[in-house]
Amino acid sequence: MERLTPVEQRAPGKWQIATVVRIKEETPRVKSFSFDLPMWMPHLPGQHYDVRLTAPDGYRAQRSYSVVSSPLDEGQIELTIDLLDDGEVSPYFHEVVQEGDQVELRGPFTSYFVWRGESPVLLVGGGSGVAPLMAMLRHQRRTMPELDLRLVYSVRYPDDVIYADEIGDDALLTYTREAPEGWSGHTGHVDAELLREPASGARLAFVCGSNGFVETASELLVGLGMEPGTIRTERFGPTS
Amino acid sequence: MSNFVSRGFTRRRSTPDELADRVPPGQYVERSFPVLTAGPTPLVDTGSWSFRIDGMVVTEKEWSWDEFHELPFETVPCDIHCVTKWSKLGTSFGGVSVDTLLDGVEPQGAYTVAYSYGGYTTNVPLDDLTGGKAWVVTEHEGEPLPRQHGGPARLLVPHLYFWKSAKWVAGLRVLDHDEPGFWEQNGYHIRGDPWKEERYWND
Repeated sequence: MERLTPVEQRAPGKWQIATVVRIKEETPRVKSFSFDLPMWMPHLPGQHYDVRLTAPDGYRAQRSYSVVSSPLDEGQIELTIDLLDDGEVSPYFHEVVQEGDQVELRGPFTSYFVWRGESPVLLVGGGSGVAPLMAMLRHQRRTMPELDLRLVYSVRYPDDVIYADEIGDDALLTYTREAPEGWSGHTGHVDAELLREPASGARLAFVCGSNGFVETASELLVGLGMEPGTIRTERFGPTS
Repeated sequence: MSNFVSRGFTRRRSTPDELADRVPPGQYVERSFPVLTAGPTPLVDTGSWSFRIDGMVVTEKEWSWDEFHELPFETVPCDIHCVTKWSKLGTSFGGVSVDTLLDGVEPQGAYTVAYSYGGYTTNVPLDDLTGGKAWVVTEHEGEPLPRQHGGPARLLVPHLYFWKSAKWVAGLRVLDHDEPGFWEQNGYHIRGDPWKEERYWND
C-alpha cells in the first residue's frame, strides 16, 4: 500500500552526475574526494565505482576507484585517488577538480573483494592499496567495534601513510625505503615474520596493492597456512 | 547519450589513428600486461596437468600435457580487452583451437563453463568458443605462458572481456543452460562483449 508511486531506480549501472563536496589532501601524491550522489545506494565495504570524464570533443576516459567511506554516510561516497604521472584521470582530479565540480560516476560494483562482517579478518595493504581496506575498517569501527579486523600496511616513506590519523594502535606498519626517525617497528618488504602473528586465526584475508606486493603477500599467507580460498586479492599496475 | 562535459578535461593519451578503431568504448591502450586475479596464484605442475571436456557430451575427452602438445598448434595474433579498462593491442598467444578440442566430442548443450585449477569458473556459450574464436593456449608471445598470466594453460577468447579467458584452465563443461561463473555471479556481465561495453550486470 505504501508503494503507490514508482520507486526510483537504484540499481548500479546508471551513470549519474555527482558533485564534489570535499577534497582532502592525504599525502603529497594522494587526495580523497567526497561526492554527493543524486542516486546513492549503500555499498559493501570493498566495492568500487567507475569514474567517467568527457572532453569537449567527446573523448572519454574511464577508471575504477575503491570507495573508502562507510555505507553509513548516506547520500555520499568518498574515493581516494593516487596521482599517476603517466595517468589521464588521476592528474585531472589532482590538478583540475575543485569542490563544487561535477563528475560522472557509476556504481557500486562487484561483490567478491567485500567485507560482510566476517571476523577475525586480516587486511594487508600496499601503498594506495589500503583504500578499500579503509572502507572495511571505517565501517567495522562504526557498526561492529567488537569484531577483529587487523591491518598490515606497507608504505615506502613516512610521507606516504594515507589516513594516518585513523590507522589505529593495533595496525602493523612497515616502511620499505625509509622509516620515521626513532621507528622501532618493522622495516622492509612484508615478510613471514610480519604476517605470522596477525595471520594466525584469521578466517579471511584481503590483500590489495601493486601486483608484486599482492603476489608476495598472498604467497606468504599461503606459506603461513592460510587456505588459498580464504585470501581475496585486488591488484593494480603493470607486471614489471 | 549524455552530453555532460567534464570541466577542464582534455585528452592526455593519444592512440595512433590506425589503432583507434581497435580500442572498444571506455578502454585505454596499455603497453604492459597487468595481472588481475581474485586470489593467490595457483602452482600447477605440468606433470599432473590435464585438460578435460565433460558434461553434456557424447564422448568425454581428456589430454595430459604431452598429449595436448601433439595436437595442431596455432599462433594467435590478437588484441585483448580487460573489463578494468585496459586493452593490449597486437599481442599473440600460442595453443590449440577449441574447434580442434571439440572434434569428436559431440556437445549436447549450447553453453559451457570453463573451470580452473584453484576453483575459478566462467561461463561461455559454445557459439563464442567455436568457429576459430577460442583457444587453449600455453604460450604468450613465443614464450611459455607465465604462471601469473594463467600458465601452464589458459583459455583465450579474445573477442570477449578477458575475465572469460580463464587462467589455469582445467576443462570445459558443456551444459544445456547458461550458468553464471565466478565473476558473473559477483557483478560482471553474463556475456562480456567489449564492443557493446557489457561490463556489469545491468549493461
